[in-house]
Amino acid sequence: MIEIIAGLCVLGGSGFVFIAGLGVYNLPDALNRMHASTKAGTLGSILTLIATALLFGESSVTARVIATIAFLLLTAPIAAHMIGRATVQMQRMRDDPPSGDPRKP
Amino acid sequence: MIPETFLAYSIHAGFALVMVSLVLAFVRLARGPSFSDRVVALDMMTVSIIAFCALYAVKTGVSSYIDIAITVALIGFLATVALARFAERGIDRDRTVTGKSPAEMVAAQTMGHEEEREP
Repeated sequence: MIEIIAGLCVLGGSGFVFIAGLGVYNLPDALNRMHASTKAGTLGSILTLIATALLFGESSVTARVIATIAFLLLTAPIAAHMIGRATVQMQRMRDDPPSGDPRKP
Repeated sequence: MIPETFLAYSIHAGFALVMVSLVLAFVRLARGPSFSDRVVALDMMTVSIIAFCALYAVKTGVSSYIDIAITVALIGFLATVALARFAERGIDRDRTVTGKSPAEMVAAQTMGHEEEREP
């Protein structure tokens, strides 16, 4: 039974990681790509780590998996926030903002 | 279907999906038009490698790959933060992101083109 649950977690996590990679490749803008990579990628790796913890079933492995998940959940929003701020500043500094830009006076 | 067989098949499918995601992120890293696209692609590659380490720990039964996942997550976070701060600070010091040299920027400011955007 636990193998089936872990297999479903592996399939779902890999599917989410694949969707994140597809979004990073296919979406039109840097901010849209960041959105795909941060949310779907984090969820996918968390699901695969949960599958690892289920299959090993040892307390040391589970503790390390929980530490990894907590680290991912703490750092992914910070990294995305910093990349987003840098991207917006770069777009502001660009010479000719697009005509529909609300930042243009 | 036997549960072990299902798990083996799903691990194989998971390896294929994670590798395709890694290749797509690498293509974006090589082709990305701007600097932020490359940083985002590097972040995506880090996340893919973490998932790959978890799958490989399941496949081989060696739990030390979880430690590799923790380390890769730490290094990837540090690299992303460092690159983002580098991008912001590079803009603040001299505005050569636009492709102009500082002398050209000064010339453009004296000609009055920049006054439209400056408060």
